[in-house]
Amino acid sequence: MTTITTHRPRPPAQPASLRARRLPGYAPPAIAVVALLASAGIVYGAGIGGAVLVVVVAALLYLAGLFLAANAVEGRRSARNRTWSALIHSAFVLAVLPLASVVWTLVSKGSARLDGNFFGTSMNNIGARDANGGAYHAIVGTLEQVGIATLITVPLGVLCAIYVVEYGRGRFAFTIRFFVDVMTGIPSIVTGLFVLAFWVLIVSPVFNDGRPGFSGFAAALALSVLMLPTVVRSTEEMLRLVPAPLREGSYALGVPKWKTILRVVLPTALPGIVTGIMLAIARAAGETAPVLLVAGGGAAINFNPFENNQSSLALFVYQQAGEASKYSPARAWTAALTLVALVLVLTVAAKLLARRNRLGR
Amino acid sequence: MAKRIEATDVTAYYGGFKAIENINLTVEPKTVTALIGPSGCGKSTFLRSINRMHEVLPGARVEGSLTIDDQDIYDRDVDVTAVRRMIGMVFQRPNPFPTMSIFENVVAGLRLNGVRRKSILEEAAEKALRSANLWDEVKDRLGKPGAGLSGGQQQRLCIARTIAVEPQVVLMDEPCSALDPISTLAIEDLMFQLKDKFTIIIVTHNMQQAARVSDRTAFFSIEKTGDPGRLIEYDNTQKIFSNPSQKKTEDYITGRFG
Amino acid sequence: MGDTPQRSAHAGTGGTTVATSHGWPAGASARVAEPSGNPGTPGPGGGDALPRAKAFGAERAFRGLTLAAGTFVLVVIAAIAIFLIAKAVPALRANSESFWTFEGWFPNDNPPKFGIGALAFGTVLTALLALLMAVPVALGIALYLSHYAPRRLGNGLGFLVDLLAAVPSVVFGLWGRDYFAQPVADLSAWLNRYFGWIPIFGDGPYGNSILLGSVVLAIMVLPIVTSLSREVFRQTPTANEEAALALGATRWEMVRTAVLPYGRPGVIAAVMLGLGRALGETIALALTLGSTYAISFNVLASGGNTIAANIANRFAEANDTGRGALIASGLVLFAITLIVNITARAIIYRRREFTESAA
Repeated sequence: MTTITTHRPRPPAQPASLRARRLPGYAPPAIAVVALLASAGIVYGAGIGGAVLVVVVAALLYLAGLFLAANAVEGRRSARNRTWSALIHSAFVLAVLPLASVVWTLVSKGSARLDGNFFGTSMNNIGARDANGGAYHAIVGTLEQVGIATLITVPLGVLCAIYVVEYGRGRFAFTIRFFVDVMTGIPSIVTGLFVLAFWVLIVSPVFNDGRPGFSGFAAALALSVLMLPTVVRSTEEMLRLVPAPLREGSYALGVPKWKTILRVVLPTALPGIVTGIMLAIARAAGETAPVLLVAGGGAAINFNPFENNQSSLALFVYQQAGEASKYSPARAWTAALTLVALVLVLTVAAKLLARRNRLGR
Repeated sequence: MAKRIEATDVTAYYGGFKAIENINLTVEPKTVTALIGPSGCGKSTFLRSINRMHEVLPGARVEGSLTIDDQDIYDRDVDVTAVRRMIGMVFQRPNPFPTMSIFENVVAGLRLNGVRRKSILEEAAEKALRSANLWDEVKDRLGKPGAGLSGGQQQRLCIARTIAVEPQVVLMDEPCSALDPISTLAIEDLMFQLKDKFTIIIVTHNMQQAARVSDRTAFFSIEKTGDPGRLIEYDNTQKIFSNPSQKKTEDYITGRFG
Repeated sequence: MGDTPQRSAHAGTGGTTVATSHGWPAGASARVAEPSGNPGTPGPGGGDALPRAKAFGAERAFRGLTLAAGTFVLVVIAAIAIFLIAKAVPALRANSESFWTFEGWFPNDNPPKFGIGALAFGTVLTALLALLMAVPVALGIALYLSHYAPRRLGNGLGFLVDLLAAVPSVVFGLWGRDYFAQPVADLSAWLNRYFGWIPIFGDGPYGNSILLGSVVLAIMVLPIVTSLSREVFRQTPTANEEAALALGATRWEMVRTAVLPYGRPGVIAAVMLGLGRALGETIALALTLGSTYAISFNVLASGGNTIAANIANRFAEANDTGRGALIASGLVLFAITLIVNITARAIIYRRREFTESAA
């Protein structure tokens, strides 16, 4: 038996010893310090840039130095492992910076006009030299438009999902599923143009003396086109998670399928479905483009979504951003902060609901 | 090619939960050792501690000493990847890489180690597949996906993948539990052949299997759920199955427990 | 609609082969006990012939309702195409220049002149630049969250990424215009000074440039691509990861052998979806691009435009032909995104079949 071992050349895969030389723990920070110093020397010495460049060059030097040091001490595989690991970690840092900046700017600039006046008044009769003026009308618009869109989308989306999961089969159901997915990717501006062409310019003039009917309702239509695929997809997924024995138990009791769906399947999946709906609402509330095209965006308070122009929070941000007044940026930022708060509250609530749901299962 | 493994006071944890406590045993080279015992007794945990796969799970850690030919594999300056190259592992469910062909699966380990030459890889693949008794079945479709094989073939493919890097020790974690009787037989035959070259440690739920394939058998057990698993008895397989010295072992073997 | 008994991808969840799915009442005797059942039929176990399925029962009505809702999705997509075409054609007819090649947008003039060439170019350029910057970083973060960070931290940060994906685009646009424009202008001057010999880093003036727009876009796409890829990476079977580790792979090698090949189709799809998102992004780019109508590779100078941003910028002043022209450009955008999305979905669907057959 021993002959086998002696005749066999040691394959390259087998290490001679388990022990490996290790880069000491102080090495990576030391390399980082050296890289930083060298980088500062290069950048300031040559006078080619400032602190930002120093950091960038230092990061590159650090990666190179780490690779070389690890390669010398631990070998190529370990060096690769370390370098990729460092790259992956730095990708994270790189992404955090701008996102943190967005949040910081939002809070610091947005808090300037966070007052009662902002939430209690509209932009009606606010001139370029007026410091006050608020987003009351825009908030009303957002709530009404999103509310109507939800009323349209939820029954439609849930029924569509029920069809796909419970009734549909074969090619047709597959086609619907596929196009629901494709619909998720339709740009919001295109849905805006669609409602502009279909509702504002073609249908609504019929009962509007031939004038195009910009309205909050039109915006709601556009938003529901956006929300529909999200609602269908999430409902679909939730319905699929309902265990088959639950259904079969109901069938075995002789309950017809439609009743089983309405009384057993839907209630079981309800928390998940609500989560999906809330996420869809959050996305719709932040949409600017469709509202810009079909709601018209007025400065005054308009409670009637079916007649005359309406604004929305997102549109308000966009309009204030384009205004020449020196007071408008502050209004834009405060409205943006409000909008983000609204969207995040919805999203967090939805995710928490989903988490509780998962625990319950 | 084969090495002795010695465990001294091995204790393993999952976070705060102590899964096994003070395991002491020695595995001789070129033998098959079976680890048996009721579910949750820590035999798989012990097996995974031997090639440091236990610590892959978050919060899992091992105390005590585990040596392979007098090198402690838990020493501070030991390279984990070297340990795992030396001590290969076959898992409960066949797990070929789904995106790779049969050939690529077999040579995956060699490629990781920087072997690039096609001729060496082909030679190694053929040798490993022959050792795994799979060559004749797959030689015409080496380029096909490994996931397309039957369960038993997949498991032998995984064995081929493990032995292609020529480890010293092969660990098998219930390698037949997901297979039909015929595939199981094929793998048991394979174990007989493999022990010429490797030290094999196998975890099994099937006592007939332990009796058939192993030279030595270790019986693990727990007092009750939540307690750590302990090594109750470790002896020649024949002795364990015919004349165990512990009452617990006898109860388990005869089916009165577990 | 073919009534094949086996359902394609999700057999086993729905009421698979229970008789009701074919329009039969489930368990006829119990059906009788319902208020909606035929009034004259005998009670359970009556020994009479089983009642026959009703032609127009609640079951059928409900089923028809869901079918209508399902069909409605297809109707909407078709309607989008139809109505956009209906409104675009008159404007395109009135156009006195080539719609595809003319660089300019004067649909309110007489005769109207407008072309989509520069806009389509800008759309694709901006989106591709954004992806070029976002995808490597997004994949890095996704790997960090799924395989490098401690599990709890990974989950928490993943949640944060999902939240960022929900931040409205107008906010990013506002940030890009009011805050980020200055650093980017400084960077542009620096790039031009030291790398001006590369044609894309041309002369100023620096301001709302393609660089600014695509960086802002990259920051917006980042959470989306990250979130999807992280999901894909997390689905890598533990068995495969352990197989790689047991062969002696380092963590990176494990990622390369087990995680990346398994996740590749999903990552491609995620990138395509990100691309779709980038191509259709409107408001952020309307706020950060210079809104010009020339095809130029100089990413530093003020300028740049996209189909969507152009619609937002020019809508207010558009007359009837102007709206038609914008709708025509929207139709092109719709077509582009449709192709991108269908490709992405096709990849995902193929992968789903692949992984299911391999299981």
